[in-house]
Amino acid sequence: MPAGGPAAAPAGAATAPAPVATPKVQAPKLAVTVTEVIDVTPMIKRFRFEPSDGAALPPFSGGAHVIVEMREGDVLRRNPYSLMSPPSQTSSYTISVRRDDQGRGGSRFLHRDVRPGHRLLISPPVNLFPIDWRARKHLLVAGGIGITPFLAQMDQHARADSAFELHLSVRERAQGAYLDELEARFGGRVHIYCDDRGERIPLDALLADQPLGTHLYVCGPAGMMEWILATARAAGWPDQSLHSERFLAPASGAPYEVTLAVAGKTIRVTEHQSMLDAIEAAGIDAPYMCRGGACGECETAVVACEGTILHNDHFLSADDKASGRKIMPCVSRFEGRSLVLQR
Amino acid sequence: MLVKGIKSRPVYAPLRPRPGDHHLIVANEEGALAIVDLAGAADLGFLARARIIYVPGGSAAAGHDTRLAGLGAAACDVMPANAPAIAALRDALATARMGTQVYTAGTEDFIGQVIQAALDAGMDLGAIGAEHRGSLERRVQCVHCKAITEHVTTQPATCIGCGRSLLVRDHYSRRIGAFQGVSIDAEEPGTRPPSEPVFA
Repeated sequence: MPAGGPAAAPAGAATAPAPVATPKVQAPKLAVTVTEVIDVTPMIKRFRFEPSDGAALPPFSGGAHVIVEMREGDVLRRNPYSLMSPPSQTSSYTISVRRDDQGRGGSRFLHRDVRPGHRLLISPPVNLFPIDWRARKHLLVAGGIGITPFLAQMDQHARADSAFELHLSVRERAQGAYLDELEARFGGRVHIYCDDRGERIPLDALLADQPLGTHLYVCGPAGMMEWILATARAAGWPDQSLHSERFLAPASGAPYEVTLAVAGKTIRVTEHQSMLDAIEAAGIDAPYMCRGGACGECETAVVACEGTILHNDHFLSADDKASGRKIMPCVSRFEGRSLVLQR
Repeated sequence: MLVKGIKSRPVYAPLRPRPGDHHLIVANEEGALAIVDLAGAADLGFLARARIIYVPGGSAAAGHDTRLAGLGAAACDVMPANAPAIAALRDALATARMGTQVYTAGTEDFIGQVIQAALDAGMDLGAIGAEHRGSLERRVQCVHCKAITEHVTTQPATCIGCGRSLLVRDHYSRRIGAFQGVSIDAEEPGTRPPSEPVFA
């Protein structure tokens, strides 16, 4: 059955002549206007979004992200970016974007083409990386641009007067975003480590001397996050105390075809497209939240599979992946003869 | 008389060693045997980083304290009763750091109080292991007068606070470390059934 629940049309609707009017399974998108673009570092730009209709934006909580829709000719890209502005502020949102010249083009488009006055659609905020307020203390560890969700969280921590400290690792001082602002506002609660000076987060010592009830939050490059979480688990930190956010960019790969059983369509996924992108391009409104393999919202049942599903997400359990009955189309791909999904 | 399938009814599992540099092992009565099993499953360095707090008692208690003392833990403290053992645990937790693991084994009322102390100290359930051994006796909080009756072995039980005859339910509070007891004859006073030793 269509994953939209009661709001979704019956399966037969897919054969109706006007496929454009597909039922909405997403919350209404927010129309925003870019009102400020700031060069933070040579590689990082900050964008301010204000509602195009002048109304207030929805409130959010520290750690939330929005999906930014970027239309460039025929190509529609949707990338998740963490909100960094104070969560109490609903007149505008800000995000910071690091240009990734090896990526699929979303950050390059934002850097090159988006200027004040540009209109965009964004999703309402979704928080997959919230503060656990049961914690007695919050230990925040970030690498590079992974600082952005913590900027919003630290504003909340400061207002709540909660115990927290930030450990931020950057390549070099001049390339690090918001270092001066963080030190000025939070003083001794901020610890910055610069790779080019040979400084490294003293992780073992840090993890060994935290009071009971401390929770660890990690956001940064994949290798750094794996190192920190594995070290914490080996030091006896229970899973409930560990929080991390990692958005995967959808992997590229060989093109393939997928049959969508509910819609009655067979679609082609190109080399640089995700399966979810291709499903949407075919006019099918599939559910999603993070588009980065983290949240599970786009999970789809596999009806038949002759070949290999390339599971790239970190949502499905190892058993689910091995069963071959589920797939996360936002990041996963397929190799083989035929794949049929319940979509 | 017990309503089955109440979700708050704790579920226990055999103790397994977990990673960490500091292990607090708190047991009473036949729980000593679970600690011996735990030590047998652990690697060499585990006991050197462990402190055992033990309260002897129960039908098979004889000699368990000397057996635990001989395991080679960094410390093994034998306590005269449950209350001072819990107090010693709370003292240790007050200065403990993240990565500390708590293991508890023994009677259900005792391990409930160990878990309560660990949660009070800020620990997450993932750092607490509990294995039930020995008596099924329960701590019961009366929903009417809030008094906690210890060592309850019968159904119904008599509240130590208000004297009501209580139906002991599977409804459990981790925060209080006690099962819930409700008046058994509230609707028809004087109709309470005879007490039976169901939690012995």
